[in-house]
Amino acid sequence: MLIEATGITKRFPGVTACDDVSAHLEKGEILGLLGENGAGKSTLVKVLFGLYPQDEGTVRVHGKEVTLRDSGDAIALGIGMVHQHFQLVPTLTVAENIILGAEPLRRRFLDRRRAERSVAELSERYGLEVDPHALVEDLPVGIQQRVEILKALSRSAQILILDEPTAVLTPQETDELLKVMRGLAASGVGIIFITHKLREVLAVTDRVTVMRGGRVVGDFATEGATQQSLAQAMVGRAVVLRVDKAPATPGAAVLDVHALQVRDDRGQQAVRGVDLQVRSGEIVGIAGVEGNGQRELVEALAGIRSVETGSVAITGAEATNVGPRRIHNLGVAHIPEDREKDGLVGVYSIADNLVLTSYFEEPFARRAVRRLDEVDARARTLVQRFDVRTPSIGTPVKSLSGGNKQKVIVARELSDPENRLVIASQPTRGVDVGSIEFVHNQLVKARDEGMAILLVSAELDEIFGLADRIAVMYEGRIVATLDAAGATREQVGLLMAGGGAGTP
Amino acid sequence: MTGATTAPDTPAPSGPRIDVGRWMRPALVPLVAIALGLLLGAILILSIGENPLDAYGAIIEGAFGSPDAVGRTLEKATPLVFGGLAVAFAFKGGLFNIGGQGQILIGAVFAAWAGFTFDLPTVIQIPFSLLVGGLAASLLGALVGWLKAVRGVHEVISTIMLNFVAANFTEWLVNTSGPFADPPATNPSNLARTPLINSSAEIPHIGGLPLGFFFSVVVATVCWWLLERTTLGFEIRTVGHNRHAAAYAGINVVLLTILVMTISAFLAGLGGAVETLGVTGRFEPGSNAFLGFAGITIALLARTNPLAVVPAALLIGALQAGTSLMQARTGVPPEIVDLIQAFILFFVAAPVVVLWIIRRRGQEEERLQLTTGWGG
Amino acid sequence: MKLDPKVKRIILWSIVAAIVLGWILAYRWDADQTTAVASRTVRAAAPLLLGALCGVIGERTGVFNIGIEGQMLFAAFVGFMAASYSGSLLLGIAAGVAGAMVLGLFLGWAAVTLKMDQIIAGTVINVFALGFTSFYYVQGRTMPSFPSWSVPGLDGLPLLGKSFFSNPPLTYLAMIATVVVWIGLFKTRWGLRTLAVGENPGAADAVGVNVIFKRYVNVTIAASLAGFAGLHLLQSANSFDRGMTNGQGFIALAVMIVGRWHPFGAAAGAALFGFCIALEAQLQFNDALDIPPQFFGMIPYVTTIAVLAIAGIRARPPAAGGHPFEKE
Repeated sequence: MLIEATGITKRFPGVTACDDVSAHLEKGEILGLLGENGAGKSTLVKVLFGLYPQDEGTVRVHGKEVTLRDSGDAIALGIGMVHQHFQLVPTLTVAENIILGAEPLRRRFLDRRRAERSVAELSERYGLEVDPHALVEDLPVGIQQRVEILKALSRSAQILILDEPTAVLTPQETDELLKVMRGLAASGVGIIFITHKLREVLAVTDRVTVMRGGRVVGDFATEGATQQSLAQAMVGRAVVLRVDKAPATPGAAVLDVHALQVRDDRGQQAVRGVDLQVRSGEIVGIAGVEGNGQRELVEALAGIRSVETGSVAITGAEATNVGPRRIHNLGVAHIPEDREKDGLVGVYSIADNLVLTSYFEEPFARRAVRRLDEVDARARTLVQRFDVRTPSIGTPVKSLSGGNKQKVIVARELSDPENRLVIASQPTRGVDVGSIEFVHNQLVKARDEGMAILLVSAELDEIFGLADRIAVMYEGRIVATLDAAGATREQVGLLMAGGGAGTP
Repeated sequence: MTGATTAPDTPAPSGPRIDVGRWMRPALVPLVAIALGLLLGAILILSIGENPLDAYGAIIEGAFGSPDAVGRTLEKATPLVFGGLAVAFAFKGGLFNIGGQGQILIGAVFAAWAGFTFDLPTVIQIPFSLLVGGLAASLLGALVGWLKAVRGVHEVISTIMLNFVAANFTEWLVNTSGPFADPPATNPSNLARTPLINSSAEIPHIGGLPLGFFFSVVVATVCWWLLERTTLGFEIRTVGHNRHAAAYAGINVVLLTILVMTISAFLAGLGGAVETLGVTGRFEPGSNAFLGFAGITIALLARTNPLAVVPAALLIGALQAGTSLMQARTGVPPEIVDLIQAFILFFVAAPVVVLWIIRRRGQEEERLQLTTGWGG
Repeated sequence: MKLDPKVKRIILWSIVAAIVLGWILAYRWDADQTTAVASRTVRAAAPLLLGALCGVIGERTGVFNIGIEGQMLFAAFVGFMAASYSGSLLLGIAAGVAGAMVLGLFLGWAAVTLKMDQIIAGTVINVFALGFTSFYYVQGRTMPSFPSWSVPGLDGLPLLGKSFFSNPPLTYLAMIATVVVWIGLFKTRWGLRTLAVGENPGAADAVGVNVIFKRYVNVTIAASLAGFAGLHLLQSANSFDRGMTNGQGFIALAVMIVGRWHPFGAAAGAALFGFCIALEAQLQFNDALDIPPQFFGMIPYVTTIAVLAIAGIRARPPAAGGHPFEKE
């Protein structure tokens, strides 16, 4: 028994993240830790890694009970963790990042040569190729993850915790990672693999521990499990993996994009000539791994990023580089990817957030003076209609749950009858299952009422569930546009990774 | 971790339990901060062998002891109201204006210029001169706003640099051979100053109280109304809270940044102008280096609420007005008031300390996080 | 505007060549005045450099310090008083540095533990220092003066000799400190961890670096440099004057930004600003041009803004600056 957690309870103000959780890991075993957002998986492993002290329960490593005061203690015991959000210093090199905290010294100074040698050695031993001199910020995400793994291994980790490692990888990179995991397990390393992707669990794990609402609701061998049985354990009821919707009856084109080219923040070409059409009454889903230009595309369509060349038209009107206000006036609604950063002002009330894009229009303002009674009236209507759970419309939006925050944004964007186009970017990220269903239903409803919907999502399930047509984006281009009805996951997954028609 | 509900207020633990009415709660930290500042000041006064009670007593008497004193306090408070408004307004827009000092100087000197150059009927002359002063100062603000929004220069550095530029510039303007200087005919000792403003430009006292103060209250009210009740105010506050969301909402963040700094500097400039037209009657360099910082203290005491700036400014104004009597009666140097202000500023910006001292745990005060980095 | 690194290098070396040429020509034209300006440049640059190094260490660790001005002033005052009352220059220096470090510790406490807005914390330091030093100021005291040390042999060099090798001790300290800070940041374990803490404290914390402790320690050490900067002002003036820092602490911040938070960049920036200050002083004496003295007074400040406006938008500070560290 490499590591064993017994009766772990961890509370935070207002919520019990882990409630009497027990789990264990054997040598050379890959344990899948499965659960949806907020189930407590991250908290559990953070306890195991010493980042949080548990309120109750014990942790045993190699049979001995241990107290982990901080991650240093965990590392000393051979526990390594690769976080979901990388803990790398972007302005330092790969080697510097790996040795950080355990730097080799030569007469009081950093021994860079020894550092590079040991990195090269590790890299070879585990088959994880990296360039020790490269600056981390210049590396693609998949390689950065390798650096993180090497970092853990360089401390002689016998227990490796991987927290949602495949969230940012292409299917191809994911396969490579799974291969690496098998190799590590074969050499005796025990791996705790956190994911919410059922396929991966089935592909590589030996056992699965399922968590829901802070508790362990299942602990069984992977052999014999199916995606359906795993999903049911995760959610507690038969899960509808497809949204019920009628076939689409699309009308005229609402969004017309031609040969669009957009640069990213670093001046590189992010969108390299995209042609796209979305008609009223249909949902077009853009599938693709994050980082292939989707964000820049959406920002250009929303008017907050400049278009280099090409054109955008909305219901025939010019919409290239006209600014977000004009785009809004053309009847475009936007559900942004990062709701905290772009979609909401946390300290503002729900009421003010609901008029964030229309505060200057009648009836919410007249001649530059706000009419707060109108704002409040509207807020009350919308809160009821969209079932936003809140004590009052004056509550600051930051105290709402993720799902309710998203409902506020959806309420704001989908409730304007003059809207023609909805751009929804990762609309259900970090949202509880109940709210996910709600958002999906609202989008379908909007589609049926004649709106054109452009859905950008990294979750293939969501794309397949909602889209009528699927456009796959890879390295800044739309590499294929398919009818959702006939498309398969394998087909789309391959296209997402750059393979597909015409590629040998 | 889920973004679930926030914790309900946990009751205060054992220790002196302070029962405060609900309306007092937002004022609690500022009031305690003031008390602590005065306490620390008292300790320093003791350290030089003087009696703090005498010193503070003298200050109170010097500030409120007679109608003349009250008039002086209001006079001192007036530029402080404008300084506080300037900083508070900038804070609302997410900007840090430490350039009050320089902006006040520019406002003062140009108002003086309008005052001694033109001789229009009072009803026109006063607003005109005030406007000239304010607009001149607003140019500084526009520059700072542009530097920040377009070139990414942090406004803390640019405003401080401009303070020094303004100090030098105004000094040159009124030096013996400078364009605004008082000619030898009216200036036999060749002092560096402007001529006296024409009587038509003088802001009168009514019943011994300076009209300029009441004007400042009006301006404070207008600022509040602008920020809370107009679409422009909504845009300013949105940019101040979350620039990204503001951009998504279609607000022109660059334009607004420049506008906010311009208005902020305008307010500070008004302060200088009112000082010239209402109190000094001319412009003389002789800087109180703390004026800009007083604005910050006042803005934070008022928790950036323009209406609350007035009582906060009155407090600091009272302290400043009372120092001359304190100096006459005791041997305490006037800088004690600046030190007290520094202490108050500290306590008001670090509410955790105040809350710990009065043992009111479990109440999360909204921390002011204004710094986002040199790159803007 | 992305420049090819080769092009950048060519531009950089051309600028260096132009500067060297300019100095040589000026020396040919009027050796005495040029040498005077050169020495003044070095002596004016030194406190700016020390102040900037203070800022560099602090910000590389993730803490803004706009209280450099206050720390300098406080150190000058405490140093002056200590030297004056004790008659010992060494004691004065020690006291001054200690005084600055106390304010550094305060900044650490305010920024790291209290999680105050760091600009306000720095402002509190500045206002406090100015008020405190004026409050306790006593007229008419004197202190022993600083010696002037010449490096034997090298001090005979034309132009360079008088400026670099014939200086009072703290000026040499500035030069040495630059190299020491460079070695420290980029060649030692302390430096690597500092850089990590300033860019991504979460990453440093995850590998067991004590972010809180590191920030406290670094900010206090950095303050000692500000202390030396203030003492350097004392060294030049030989007595304390109220408000004698006169904004140089803020110019030091500009030097730090212009120098891209790198010790050698700071040296170049300090040289630039020192040169402006020296030129201002020289031209005032010279009366060569009929420009009012106040405009000379403005030169360093206007230059700061101009340089920042031109270089500013590409300046990228350590990412964690200004943000208090919250454990996940």
